Amino acid sequence: MQEKLQALKEEALVKITEADDLKALEAVRVGYLGKKGPITEVLRGMGKLSAEERPVVGELANTVRAAITEALEVKKQVFETEALNEQLKKEAIDVTLPGRPVTLGGPHLLTSIVTEIEDLFIGMGFEVKEGPEVETDYYNFEALNLPKNHPARDMQDSFYVTEELLMRTHTSPVQARTMGEYKGNKPVKMICPGKVYRRDTDDATHSHQFTQVEGLYVDKNVRMSDLKGVLNQFAKQFFGEEREIRLRPSFFPFTEPSVEMDISCKVCHGKGCSVCKQTGWIEILGGGMVHPDVLKMAGYDPEIYSGFAFGMGPERIAMLKYGVDDIRHFYTNDQRFLAQYHKA
Amino acid sequence: MLVSLNWLKQYVDLGSETPESLADKITKTGIEVEGIDYVSERLDHVVVGYVESCEKHPDADKLNVTKVNVGDEVLQIVCGAPNVETGQHVVVAKVGAVLPGNFKIKQAKLRGVESNGMICSLQELGIQEQYVPKDLADGIFVFSESVQIGRDVTDYLNLDDAILELGLTPNRSDALSMLGVAYEVAAILNEEVILPDESYTTTDEQATDLVSVKVEATDDNPYYGAFVAKNVTIKPAPLWMRNYLMAAGIRPINNVVDITNYVLLEYGQPLHAFDFDRFGSNQIVIRRAVANETFVTLDEETRTLNTEHLVITNGQTPQALAGVMGGFESEVNNETSTVLLEAAYFDGKVVRQAVKDHGLRSESSTRFEKGVDPNRVKRAGHRALHLLEKYADAKICVGVSEIDALDYSEKDVVITTERINDRLGTTITDYEIAVILDKLQFTYDQDQSTFTVHVPTRRQDITIFEDMLEEVARIYGYDYLDYTLPEGGQFAGKLSERQALKRFVKQVMEGAGLSEAITYSLTTTERATMLMAPDIKKQVISPVRLAMPMSEEHSTLRLSLLPELLAVASYNQARKEKDLALYEVGTVFVSDEKEITKQPKELNRLAGVLNGQWLTHPFQQEHKAVDFYVAKGIVETLVSRLGMDVTFAKAEIDGMHPGRTAEFYHEGQSIGFIGQVHPTLAKSYDLKAAYVFDLDLEYLYEHVDLEPNFNQIPRFPSMSRDIALVIDEMVPSGDVLATIKQAAGEHLFSLHVFDVYQGEHLPAGKKSLAFNLRYLDPTRTLTDDEVETSYEAVLAAVKSTHGAVLRA
Repeated sequence: MQEKLQALKEEALVKITEADDLKALEAVRVGYLGKKGPITEVLRGMGKLSAEERPVVGELANTVRAAITEALEVKKQVFETEALNEQLKKEAIDVTLPGRPVTLGGPHLLTSIVTEIEDLFIGMGFEVKEGPEVETDYYNFEALNLPKNHPARDMQDSFYVTEELLMRTHTSPVQARTMGEYKGNKPVKMICPGKVYRRDTDDATHSHQFTQVEGLYVDKNVRMSDLKGVLNQFAKQFFGEEREIRLRPSFFPFTEPSVEMDISCKVCHGKGCSVCKQTGWIEILGGGMVHPDVLKMAGYDPEIYSGFAFGMGPERIAMLKYGVDDIRHFYTNDQRFLAQYHKA
Repeated sequence: MLVSLNWLKQYVDLGSETPESLADKITKTGIEVEGIDYVSERLDHVVVGYVESCEKHPDADKLNVTKVNVGDEVLQIVCGAPNVETGQHVVVAKVGAVLPGNFKIKQAKLRGVESNGMICSLQELGIQEQYVPKDLADGIFVFSESVQIGRDVTDYLNLDDAILELGLTPNRSDALSMLGVAYEVAAILNEEVILPDESYTTTDEQATDLVSVKVEATDDNPYYGAFVAKNVTIKPAPLWMRNYLMAAGIRPINNVVDITNYVLLEYGQPLHAFDFDRFGSNQIVIRRAVANETFVTLDEETRTLNTEHLVITNGQTPQALAGVMGGFESEVNNETSTVLLEAAYFDGKVVRQAVKDHGLRSESSTRFEKGVDPNRVKRAGHRALHLLEKYADAKICVGVSEIDALDYSEKDVVITTERINDRLGTTITDYEIAVILDKLQFTYDQDQSTFTVHVPTRRQDITIFEDMLEEVARIYGYDYLDYTLPEGGQFAGKLSERQALKRFVKQVMEGAGLSEAITYSLTTTERATMLMAPDIKKQVISPVRLAMPMSEEHSTLRLSLLPELLAVASYNQARKEKDLALYEVGTVFVSDEKEITKQPKELNRLAGVLNGQWLTHPFQQEHKAVDFYVAKGIVETLVSRLGMDVTFAKAEIDGMHPGRTAEFYHEGQSIGFIGQVHPTLAKSYDLKAAYVFDLDLEYLYEHVDLEPNFNQIPRFPSMSRDIALVIDEMVPSGDVLATIKQAAGEHLFSLHVFDVYQGEHLPAGKKSLAFNLRYLDPTRTLTDDEVETSYEAVLAAVKSTHGAVLRA
């Protein structure tokens, strides 16, 4: 009986090896391990054996059954793997075809620039203020030391709605409004981005509507060197560490002394080239120390408080930073223009 | 202001400065040099020649054959200029000369006659045509004074000059004169200013005996001085003067006119020369014009005046519009022999009014408008007399007939070293401040650290401490200021809640696939009131229109962002960019007045426009054109992100598709609309099916809290039921939804439509709506009975409210 079991095992293992698909393998399993199979038969005949023989044969039968089962399992896995591989091969696709597009929008270039400027100044402790675009003559001009008949009003011909109301020509009225809000006894540290309007015919370099970002810091003991320091920090962060700044005297009715700030030319690093018209410098913004009359009109005592203010044009900055060659691009909203600046 | 450096050298030593180095210093100190223009370069082989003979070319009518003595030789030159004559001193470019424009002079044969050089016009030497005197414009230049034959012409014609173009800010009108620029440059270079010669000899005749002056408007005209110069010879002004005028952009005319212009540029003080014999009387009366008074200016235009204008009269008729332009009647001409010279101070306001009304801005008016130096008015007269004596052979009468109410006083401004340093963040010493004041040639009294500065009247812009602060800072040099950071209190910079919410809304829009556009606030009157949201329409009485628009296109403030966004869609579609999803966050301007007297309300809105395909993935045959539900999904995504429960209802809005437009509400308040643009309106934009949405951001600013609250994550399972109803097709799903919500009880926590069907298995006029209801109690597991009870209640409610029955 023991010999028979051994022979059955050898026989089964050979058949397993020879089986070439899952069906054949199943036939082997049924043939040897099934209820009517020879091993079951052997085990059924155990009752005829002696008490000594029975455990020995029983154990052997189990070993044989285990060996066959394991061989079947191993072979089955081989078949399954093959089948799966076959299946996967059939499922192959052209991975070089384009994916299903996920549409993402993006901010307008001017918004990106204004946001970056806002975040830089927020980092330096400035708050962001806003003001009306239809402004009173008082806030747009008079509170900024531009009384009626002031020659400097020529510099910014305006869109009037009535004699006393106009489209603001700069974001500077927000300075006066914010100082008024703080009632002359609290420091003011703010920037103000917004739309402004001038009586210009739209062309490549002029736009009747454009954007400004204004900044104002009023406190005790604010110095002109602070203006230089803050603007330098801004310029280095915004335009790059390697850029230098210089201040030049200028004139604005609401600041005294007044400055214009240039940054060193990105292309030639100050040597002079066609981008900077051979000067090595590019004008970026205007500013200065807040005029004492402006402080006074807003309720701040110029003997106690001093301050600085500055203003810049995001369109101009965008044109310089990205080489945009026509200011009208910002307002025609050609999708091909808008999409160029959705990267970051 | 155009500044000839050769001219400037007459007043201040420029040392070894090149035009570029000087320009850089001037720019850094406060006056922007906007450009440097070189008159020409130093020309070699271009010399003074003397025309010894001039004969007609044998074979050409328009050519002459000349023999020209150029000092070391006599050249035969063929010349085509009509004005060449024997005995002239002319400019000769010899063979080998290279004229501007790389024009090389070579030996040539003209119609068989040899020509060894060229006789030149001023234009050929590089001088702009518009500045060349009229009588020389069409021919060669002829010297009118004695010059040395054979000498290089560069010196005579000022060809080696460089012109700085100064961009003057409105405060620096002091630099509208050569002397003013000289003071500025002297301060920069630490040099002295050399003042011009104002001396002359006089006859025994008194000016006051010849002419009287009466000013009837002293506020407009605090000083008027009349000088008399007799026996003048009208001829060209000396060459050097004409050169400088041309360099400054003024065309020479004759010696008298040129002298007044020259002194205007030199002193910044406009003068006027009348022909005394044609002035019409021996009295000068300065008064306001009477209404509708007419007079002919020297450009031969008849001007109609009014009482806002100041005129110089002969007691009867106007002879000049004060500070602006002289009259044709008494203009200096070739026959003039007695000159009545006016040196006056006219108030800026009255001059500005005349300039505005007559469109006559001139070198004179510009200076009066900005304010001239009181102390230079009379001196300019003396300077002109000096030049008239010298270059017009004038006999000058003694004295001046004048009315003088002018304030000549200098303003005192007190500065202290400490305050200067406090404001600049510097450590400048008393000594350095004194040096700076000396450089500026400002006089002062010093008491240790306190300086009382006597500001010269040429600097009308300096009146307060801060003005002097700027003077000190700019001469000290902005480059030498430190970089410091404010030492004041610490501030926490951050966005306001409103600003943060605005940024959040933009992020949601961009995440949803829309790109930001920025359009103009000013639009046409028609577009301004188009597609107004219902909540805006309720508030508006009339749109805000500009008083004087430049064009109808940008005349009126918008009340909706949509009309201009549709224009953007149209623009893009015309450029084959059809698939478009844009949003804008912007302001509309709402006035509740018929006639605007106060600022309109400025309200922030969010608007979007969708056009073409929302989704395209061609090889998978996936296409999805934008439709109502795409637009609605964007709005729903936004409001759900903001934690708002919003309901939609069908709406009719002008310009929108009547069946595909919804208004939406939060807590009963209308906050916006979505829908398809009416096909007729869409067509006017050349668009087919455009979808839009518009939302009141102001409402969001007030009602949305971006701070999230923590809600316990449910620990007990939810239970789900589906319900399919058959219902009349006209009943909106939103109404059924609302009924279910109300009937389902407290445990319903989510409800949505998952199927809509209409067709063959249903009776006509009916539709099927299927809803999914989910129930949850956060504190325990719900029982089947509880859910069943709610389900029954829902069925009963939809049946009684909408006649809905369970679908079989």
